[in-house]
Amino acid sequence: MINFNDIRVVFGKGTPLEKQALNGVSLTIDEGSFVTVIGSNGAGKSTLLGVLAGDVIASAGKVTIGDTDVTRKGTAARAGLVARVFQDPLAGSCGALSIEENLALAARRGERRGLAPALGVKRRAHFRERIAELGLGLEDRMRDRMDLLSGGQRQAVSLVMATLAGSKVLLLDEHTAALDPGMAEFIMNLTQKFVTERKLTTLMVTHSMRQALDFGHRTIMLHAGEIVLDVAGDSRKTLEVEDLIAMFRRIRGQTLDDDALLIG
Amino acid sequence: MRGLPALSQIAFWGAVELGLVYAFIAVGVFLAFRVLDFPDLTVDGSFPLGAAVTAVLIIAGVNPWLAAAVAMAAGAAAGLVTALLNVRFRILNLLASILTMIGLFSVNLRIMGRPNVALINADTMLSPFYGLGLRDFYVRPFFVGMLVVVAVVLVWRFLESDAGLAMRATGANARMARAQGVETSRQIYLGMALSNALVALGGALFAQTNGFADVTSGVGTIVVGLAAVIIGETLLGARGILIALIGCVFGSILYRIAIQLALSSDVLGLRASDLNFVTAALVTVALILPRLRRGGVA
Repeated sequence: MINFNDIRVVFGKGTPLEKQALNGVSLTIDEGSFVTVIGSNGAGKSTLLGVLAGDVIASAGKVTIGDTDVTRKGTAARAGLVARVFQDPLAGSCGALSIEENLALAARRGERRGLAPALGVKRRAHFRERIAELGLGLEDRMRDRMDLLSGGQRQAVSLVMATLAGSKVLLLDEHTAALDPGMAEFIMNLTQKFVTERKLTTLMVTHSMRQALDFGHRTIMLHAGEIVLDVAGDSRKTLEVEDLIAMFRRIRGQTLDDDALLIG
Repeated sequence: MRGLPALSQIAFWGAVELGLVYAFIAVGVFLAFRVLDFPDLTVDGSFPLGAAVTAVLIIAGVNPWLAAAVAMAAGAAAGLVTALLNVRFRILNLLASILTMIGLFSVNLRIMGRPNVALINADTMLSPFYGLGLRDFYVRPFFVGMLVVVAVVLVWRFLESDAGLAMRATGANARMARAQGVETSRQIYLGMALSNALVALGGALFAQTNGFADVTSGVGTIVVGLAAVIIGETLLGARGILIALIGCVFGSILYRIAIQLALSSDVLGLRASDLNFVTAALVTVALILPRLRRGGVA
């Protein structure tokens, strides 16, 4: 479904600050599988997601989604293929637009946008139904501006937005990191539900090792722009957070000094 | 006029008329500043551009409606130039618009061949309506008012369509818009063209209702447009697109009446040459008022 072929990304090429963000990453993700991605700060997790979303264009290598070569396509041009939820609840939706307008915007992702009213009767009813499913009572606030919502509510609506247009790939960029633990759990369960129901091919970047092991079918760990760990199936089921840390130390042959990696 | 003892009927309706003409500028400024979040000073050039194109074409015998349409196209082209400088060549939006504005001053002089063109006895869009029994100073605001209603309805329907939503998202959160498949640079081109086409139409109507085009008539257009937008927002609040657009129109009319009152009041002792200062003072007050209302100037 998704294929990264020897992807290299260099930031600030030719400057003293040149950084090899991805150093020849090759990865194939099967249709319908849920992959979690971990790694310390600067390991290349977000870059990997960016390469798939179109925010980052690879310096070398090839990216395909389904049968489409998207290596050189910009974010907007490939938006019909991938849906995305950002870490920052403010980033994934328009605060100045109403809930239903945000949904209308997402429902046309990757399609031509014409002069027909964005919010017809049928669409309104459909959106209301989808929002009611969340059980947050937001269905009665459909005309409220998005920026009146809490961070968790915005992420929940963002998840609905990501599943409106029917794209088969879902990218989650630490989408629970800015939420309180209760809301983070709610959003993760919602994510699991949507992914299962809609058979979405999912790539989730997370800072939480617990989350990385509890959700999905496969976990990969990045370090210094390379994949250093790739576990799935039975060997993953028995894996614990401690094992992950030990594994990381063994592979890299160095002590772990990044606190961010231990949180979980 | 009851309630406005200081103004004669003619002065009052003259202010309404000018307010309605500038309502096109207000709506254009609203599209650029509020919808696209693009501080666009091109309007100081595209307003006299619209007036110049219309005046020259009418004198050449072109149908005045067609002349206004060509003026709109010229305004759209000016907007596209600003958008091109910003999107393609990455020039800061404000600076890009200033460059276009400065350039347009010369372009407008070239179009007219001299600083001022009069439209005396020429047929305008209003000519067929003058002989119908209504006095001239009613005909003009009524006619322009009808066009304003049409423009407001069209812009409103557009902004609430799928395409319009994409434009609003571009101004509100460009990153999110791109993630939703919106080509944000295309939206900036489209929005700037639309905005400046409306401003040029305002210029065209100004020339046709006042009977002249003047190359200096563009000075301060942006401030007047912004004043109208802000007065509208202050009075009606943020309650959706249609209310905001209606606010632009009423803001523009109220602004003109306020200016007219200020200038015609003997107590204040103002002269016509004080207009720019009064405008700047009014806009400053309109900018400060909402902040005062929200709980003091920090």
